[in-house]
Amino acid sequence: MMEELSLHILDLVQNSVSAGAKNIHIIIEEDSKKDVLSIEVIDDGKGMDKETLEKAQSPFFSSKLDRRVGLGIPLLKQSAIHCDGEFRMESVPGEGTRIKAIFRSSHIDLPPMGNLENTFFTIITTIPHVNFYIKYNKDGKIFEIDTLKIKELLGGVPLTHPEVLGFLKKYIHENLKKMMEVKHEA
Amino acid sequence: MKLEDLRRIREKAEREMKLREGKARIKIIVGMGTSGIAAGAREVLKVFLEEVEKRNLKDVIVTQTGEKGLASHEPVVEIHEEDKPIIVYGNVTPELVRRIVAEHIVNSNPVSDYVIEVRE
Repeated sequence: MMEELSLHILDLVQNSVSAGAKNIHIIIEEDSKKDVLSIEVIDDGKGMDKETLEKAQSPFFSSKLDRRVGLGIPLLKQSAIHCDGEFRMESVPGEGTRIKAIFRSSHIDLPPMGNLENTFFTIITTIPHVNFYIKYNKDGKIFEIDTLKIKELLGGVPLTHPEVLGFLKKYIHENLKKMMEVKHEA
Repeated sequence: MKLEDLRRIREKAEREMKLREGKARIKIIVGMGTSGIAAGAREVLKVFLEEVEKRNLKDVIVTQTGEKGLASHEPVVEIHEEDKPIIVYGNVTPELVRRIVAEHIVNSNPVSDYVIEVRE
């Protein structure tokens, strides 16, 4: 159903937006030496009580009882645990929610990251009322984007202005590509 | 490529916006609930953004919603235009996005074969 981790990120972000978040942090960390990949989404949305938190993680309740959280969370949890990882979901009503999915990166069933570029590009441009801070750390190489900074630079010009779109698409593409380049030691 | 380059875009855009009052004529909303994402809504959203960029559509806003649309027709896209009924498209593909932009957004001619709902 959702084969890419980058689609799961999109889904988690959507939950945060539905919860009224104004600030969302997305932290992705890959550590080859430790054989770990983790995805973390932190928001300042309305949060959940204990009962709702449990239901959100269960495939049997989430979509029916709490319409704002879909099946994406139970699927991600299942996938993380299956890949010798773990899944943590914490929430404080009125303060926000923090979700972290951890995978063993060499696990044979680890879902591919997929098109992270498209996930970042669509998120930051089409949800303009939310501030996004995105950090992707791959073995010490870092990709970072902060939409608060972008909005400051733009003043009143919308993120969906054609030229801004063109710029951001290229910016994300180039910086992610630069980060992914493997440097061979001489 | 530096983020600061955005300043240059800003100056130019602000001059233009003064002339047009910067009001959006059309709002495109893509359903990004779990089922929408699983059905390919991210690519749909991306191609809309690319079309806006390519065709230089300054009076169009592309946005998203997590609300459930019609699950059997995902990806679902709504076109909101001032003083007109809301047009809802279903089973939208990147190819259809290009048609919607060319025929509906630019030429005010909805792609009727794919319209699943018209709301006043």
